[in-house]
Amino acid sequence: MKRKLMAAAIGVTAAFAAPLAFTSEELNFDAYRQMLADGNPAELFEMEGEELWVTARGPKNATLEQCDLGLGPGVVEGAAAQLPRYFADTGKVQDLESRLMHCMETLQGIPSGEIIGGKFRQGERGKLASLVAYVVTHSKGKPIAVDVSHPKMQDMYAMGEKVFFYRTGAMDFSCASCHGEDGKRIRATHLPNITTNKGAAEGWTSWPAYRVSNSQFWTFQHRLWDCFRQQRTAEPVFASDVTIALSVFLAAKSNGYEAQWPGVKR
Amino acid sequence: MASPMRIRAASKDGVTEVRVLMSHPMETGQRKNAAGEVIPAHFITELTAKHNDKVVLSAEFGPSVSTNPYLAFKFNGGAKGDKMVVTWVDNKGESRTDEVQIS
Ligand code: HEC
Repeated sequence: MKRKLMAAAIGVTAAFAAPLAFTSEELNFDAYRQMLADGNPAELFEMEGEELWVTARGPKNATLEQCDLGLGPGVVEGAAAQLPRYFADTGKVQDLESRLMHCMETLQGIPSGEIIGGKFRQGERGKLASLVAYVVTHSKGKPIAVDVSHPKMQDMYAMGEKVFFYRTGAMDFSCASCHGEDGKRIRATHLPNITTNKGAAEGWTSWPAYRVSNSQFWTFQHRLWDCFRQQRTAEPVFASDVTIALSVFLAAKSNGYEAQWPGVKR
Repeated sequence: MASPMRIRAASKDGVTEVRVLMSHPMETGQRKNAAGEVIPAHFITELTAKHNDKVVLSAEFGPSVSTNPYLAFKFNGGAKGDKMVVTWVDNKGESRTDEVQIS
């Protein structure tokens, strides 16, 4: 009886498995993305961010117009394409989110702790995401140009690489378990091979992005956080060194590839 | 208050192409939240686009339209500098009007 049941179960699986055997090309999301690119709702977040940039806010009632994203106070054009970078004023390597957080704290008096301890898409962290949308849009089409010559950038790159291959969590996954081979996918989602420059660039140059499946705008910190979750490991602290190190690793491998920001994803 | 729309309008060879991105939750009224309660319907019901003062498009929207809807259309006429005004009204009676100059 038991054997019969099993045979029936196998039969059912086989019957269903056949029509589900799509090839990667058939599941290509690019055509869909192209259709959406024209009306990417990330623009709504960008508009909000643009306004936030020039709005006097926080305990110091100041705008972010003096924020230095690496190319001088107030320069937004092309700034994101060169991040993360080493900043002499903080003595730290910072990505776009941590740098904006620094500006919000120093210029506006909005405590970073509020953002680090907050939730994605809510409160000041939500506002930060809109600012991210604004800043990255001004690097759209620019080649990624991350300078890794500073020793602290080299340290971060090395740490990012190590973390990428570090197996941990309930399933003993590393990032490379899911992103270490060509032509892999999970459900209908193509997984870039991030060990190659091309694969790293596929990820780095297409996030931050608007997700059509949940109508949310996700920053790169948010993308990474979700992959830690998929890795079944501890949640990373927002804008912590480990997240910035992974970003340095991905961004440096993407040097020369064109930023598609803001992206649009399933 | 409802967030602004992003409107682009460009005229070429006597035809104006208008592209509108609206910020709206477009809740269907069919979904439930984590507590199992129905999330009340909240969606755009009507949209009107005017070239100067003339209506060039009037549309009925419903709950099957996605969150943050995008609409693109073309009409005959329209010149650089003309006014393009788009208004939507939703089932809660909220509305939003934005305008741009045709480029
Ligand atoms: C269990 C498998 C799994 C693990 C482990 C994993 N990811 Fe992912 N990753 C995914 C999936 C699935 C997606 C696509 C998600 C989507 O579109 O919703 C993705 C997407 C990405 C993207 C965006 C790719 C693109 O082209 O849009 C990047 C970048 C990324 N992951 C980096 C990482 C990093 C860094 C780690 C390690 C901290 C990691 N991932 C660990 C499954 C994984």
